This record gives sequence, C-alpha cells and structure tokens, in this order.
Amino acid sequence: MLFFLLQKEFKQIFRNRTILAVVLVMPLIQLIVLPLAADYEVKNINLCIVDNDRSPEAQRLAQQLTASGYFRLTGYTASYRDAQALLEADRADVVLTIPPHFGRALVRDGQQTLSLAVNAINGVKAGLGAAYITTILQTYNNAIRVQWIQPGRFPAAPIVKVAPVYWYNPFLNYRVFMVPGILAVLVTMIGGFLSALNIVQEKEVGTIEQINVSPIKKHYFILGKLLPFWVLGNVVFTLGLLVARVVYGIVPMGSIPLLYGFVTLYLLAILGLGLLISTYCETQQQAMLITFFFMMIFILLGGLFTPLDSMPTWARAVAYASPVTHLIAVMRMIILKGSTAQDVLPAAAIVATFALILNVWAIVNYRKTS
Amino acid sequence: MDAICVENITKAYGKGQSPAVDGISFSVGAGELFGLIGPDGAGKTTLFRILITLLLPDAGHATVGGLDIVREYQKIRSTVGYMPGKFSLYTDLTVEENLHFFASVFNARVSDNYSLIRDLYEQIKPFKDRRAGKLSGGMKQKLALCCALIHRPTVLFLDEPTTGVDPVSRKEFWDMLGRLRSEGITILVSTPYMDEAARCDRIALIQQGHILSVDTPQGLRAGYPHPLYAVGGAPMPALLQRLAGHPDVVSSYAFGEWAHAAGTTTLGEGVLQAYLRDAGLPEAIVQATDATIEDCFMDLMKRN
Repeated sequence: MLFFLLQKEFKQIFRNRTILAVVLVMPLIQLIVLPLAADYEVKNINLCIVDNDRSPEAQRLAQQLTASGYFRLTGYTASYRDAQALLEADRADVVLTIPPHFGRALVRDGQQTLSLAVNAINGVKAGLGAAYITTILQTYNNAIRVQWIQPGRFPAAPIVKVAPVYWYNPFLNYRVFMVPGILAVLVTMIGGFLSALNIVQEKEVGTIEQINVSPIKKHYFILGKLLPFWVLGNVVFTLGLLVARVVYGIVPMGSIPLLYGFVTLYLLAILGLGLLISTYCETQQQAMLITFFFMMIFILLGGLFTPLDSMPTWARAVAYASPVTHLIAVMRMIILKGSTAQDVLPAAAIVATFALILNVWAIVNYRKTS
Repeated sequence: MDAICVENITKAYGKGQSPAVDGISFSVGAGELFGLIGPDGAGKTTLFRILITLLLPDAGHATVGGLDIVREYQKIRSTVGYMPGKFSLYTDLTVEENLHFFASVFNARVSDNYSLIRDLYEQIKPFKDRRAGKLSGGMKQKLALCCALIHRPTVLFLDEPTTGVDPVSRKEFWDMLGRLRSEGITILVSTPYMDEAARCDRIALIQQGHILSVDTPQGLRAGYPHPLYAVGGAPMPALLQRLAGHPDVVSSYAFGEWAHAAGTTTLGEGVLQAYLRDAGLPEAIVQATDATIEDCFMDLMKRN
C-alpha cells in the first residue's frame, strides 16, 4: 500500500519541473552566491579626515588609515563643516577630526585627543569602522612610543598585548562559518515548504477526499507524504556538502554518518512542522504565508547571522525553541569542529522532542472525518 | 435489505446556522438507481458527504450496505465508490496512472474489474498517456467514473456527475449508469437537471434540506394534483401576467418556450382560451399537457 503511495508521490515530484529546479538548482546557487555576499568583513568604509594640523604626525596617521585597506579616503578637508556636508550627502561613513597643533602637542604633552564622528545608519558598518580606526590608532600609538621612549632612560610603560588564536577557523574566514549555516537553512526550506504545500495542494484539488473515502490508513497516507520529502531533504543536503567541498574546500571534520543521522532526525521535525501547518490550512496561499512567517523567525533568530549570545534573554528563549537553531549549531560543530555524538546529544534530544510533538500533533489534527 | 437507509439525518454547519440537511429520511433498495433531485444549495452534497463518511451528522442514523456510517465507517469506505461534483483526480498523473493508483488504493488491480469499466474506458483509452488535467470535460467525467468503479463498489455515489457536461456526453453517461445498475450496483445520483430524473428508478425531491417527495418518476407525475395547460403563441411576459390574473389558475410559470398554468378542476382548455382572448391575447394557444418532473417540483415547492 505504502509502495503505491510513494510511487505516486515520486512520479508527481519528477514531473514538476519547478520542484526539481528548487531541489537541484537552489542549493547550488545559494551555496555559491550567498557565502560570498554574506561577508561580515566591511571594506570600503568612506573616510573623511578633517585635518586642522597638517603636521607630519597627522600625515602619517592618515597614511596608516588608508593603507589598512578598510578605508577609502573620500575627503581631506580643513573644516568640520565640509566634512559634515559629506556625511549628510552619504559620501562619508566616518569623520576623523585631527585637532590643531596635534603633532606639536603630541610631542610636548605625550598625549592628544582625536574626535570620531560615525554615520550610524548602517549599524554594522559604523561599529566596525569605529573599531578598525581604534585598532589602527593603537598601532600608531605603539609606534610612536617605541620611537620616542629611549630605552633604558625610563622604565617602559607596561603594555598588555593580546595575541589571539582562532580555533577551528584559523583565518577567520567567514565562508567557513556561513556555509554550514546556509546548508542548514536550505534543508529547512526544502523540508518545511514542500511538505506543507504538497498536502494542501491535495486539499485544494480535492484529491484528499478521494483518499479519505478509501480504506487507506491515516498513518500510511502521512508516511507516504513524509518519506519523499525526507529523501529530497537528504539529496539537497548531500548536494550542499559536495558544493562545500568542491567550491570552498570545506571537508567535515566530524563523522559523516553522524551528520546524516542528525539531519535525518531534524528532517523529521521540520517535516512534522510542514505537516502540522498543512492540517490547519485550506489553500496553498495560506500554507505559504504561514510557513514563511515561521521560516523568517527561525532563520533570523537561528544564529546564522547574529550570535545567540548577543540576543536579549527572551529572544534567546525563542531561538532555542526553534529546531533550526539547533541544526545550525550542530552543523557547525560537526563540520568545523569535529564534534562527536556525545557533544551533539543534547541538541539531538531537543530536536527529537520537536519531531515527536509536531508529528503527533499533526496526526491528531489530520482528521479523516470533519 | 436496503442498500442505503437514512433516518432523520440532520447536519448544520456551525452553531446558530440553519441546517443544511434537516431531518431527512429515505431508503434505497439494493440495485436501485436512485436520484436526488434539487436545486443548488438544497443539501445534496452535504447528504452525500455524510453517507460516504466524510462528515458526521448532528443527529440521526444511516446505514450504507447495512453498515452504520458512524461506527463502521472504515468498512463502508472499502465498499463504496464516490465521485465528487468537482473533478478531483491527480491532474499531473496520466489517465492510466490515475486508474491504477485508485485501484491500488482499494487493494485491487485494474484487471480484476476491467469488465465493469470496459465500455467506458475504451472511449478514453486512446488518451491513456495523457495527463488527466489535459482532458476535456466529458473525458474527465468518464475517467472519474472509471476510478470510482475500479474496485467494484456495491454502492456508487455520484454527486452532480453531469453538471457542466455537454448534452451528448450527459446522455452517454446516463446510458452507462443504466448498464451499471444491471450489474447490480446500487447508485445514488444527485442532479439539478429535472430531465435526468426520468431515467432514475425512484427520485427524491429535495429543497432547503428537506425531502419534499420520494416516488418513481411515473408515480410522481401521475400524482400531480392539477389539470395542467401549456400556453404559447404570445409574448411570454404578457402571457404570464394575464395567467396570474385568472382566479382559477393556481400557479403559472415559464417552461421553455411555453408557459405552464396549473388550475383548479373548473378551469378547462376552452375557459382559458376564452379568457386570454378577452384579455387581449387572441393569438394564444392553449393545450392540455402532462405534468413533468419539473412541474411536480414547482408544485411541491409551492406547497411547502
């Protein structure tokens, strides 16, 4: 019985060019384009320097800033008024003001104050721009100290130097970090959308009534719907892993069976969600909108773009109540860090609970008689 | 034993709504071709959905093939065939695949009961590799009937099978139903077309959730209580206006090109002719006529 249902589903899937395209092309395009675009490194920050000093020291500071590669000097003015105009015209993101007698005072007093005005419309750009400048200033600072403080005459001022080592992603390559996350989102979209839409389509066309008046058991019908999309989810995941390997050279550090095991479990949960949504909807439009609502929350709160730890407590609670969050975390753990089954056990337990609740709820709510 | 037995079935959609089906009772004998005749919104589809176990009634009992529709719904599902009013097969599967799929859903093979659908299926066989969604309206109906029959049901439910189908296909469809009846399959068919009612063994006239009458088509027509006259030859609005003005005319309405006027026994052909002449319609022709199902329906509707 189940065989006939599966045979029918696969026939329908293979005849639907859109679904095939979504399953085969979407993972490739998304994995190739998105990680390149979704880069956290901000380059080409428009910098305007208001130089009220024009001393060699100020010149050197400006040189160091532009030589860093992060900044593009769009203005070198003598008055803050001009710089403000650039800021307003959106041609400057950061305005650094060098006060008059900067060089002389630096030599005489050993300290000077610079002012920094940041256009904070784009929060990420503003924050990073300010941080970059601070770092460059620090280097500049140290260079001056070494130059001016004659060794031996005074005890050297104590300097705490930090030398970070980036574990699991030594070059802080954002692609390494993004690819497993995007892969998780892909698997989620395929599983969630396709399963929800498919069942609602049977409702819309009326074929579900024909099935309902037949002796087919409820759980066979649901299983017949879940299995094909479970297979498709795994196909997409495999394709994604191949792209990660070929294009980005990302080879999972951990065990591949473990990875598939977790994805299988996860697909059960997300297919259950699709199923549940479909039992509450009458049209594909409704199903689409509701699924989209959940996907937005899942993806934005899933820790793909913003770290969970920087969220307010309530948002973190919402994030943990989404299976996507756990998949993204586990994907990164297994692929980048080589975590073992024991490490992902807590996440697996949570996802298994989701799978159980969602599927039982869906089956109870899918009534053959209304 | 009756193939279908309905007792006081009532169903309302939502609280405070007037019931779609209100205390309906009737029974259909085994091997009977039973028609449920009524206008749109009369409650035909609701009654069908209750009988094929897709909907639970609020009150009342019903059995299909001797099985209770509430307690033994699962047994019913393997013995009935249902063809909904709206085409609902898989449009992305071919004709042949649909047939095989619906056979397997009922644990049957197409070859088992092919004899039952041969006449019908031969007509659509040239298109067996075409997707069901690309068939014409009449062929869709034939395929849907094939799919409903492929497991050889003992009771067949057809909900408005001929709505939106051309007259030739409609006739072929009813010829097919006659053949199925001779195979011993009980058929409950609903239709809004009064002319199709004459092809049923018995019919129930249904209106606003109530059954007005259950009888054979002949019995129903014979039981028409008034002398009936067909009036024509003059413009319809003028005719209807004059007819309504006569004290002995019980009811009058347009019936195709003619107006039908039902009167009391004192109303005769000559009386009516004279009346119309005096009323300024000398060209009007009056003929006594036999009541059709539609006349019976109009009369019953008026009385209820």
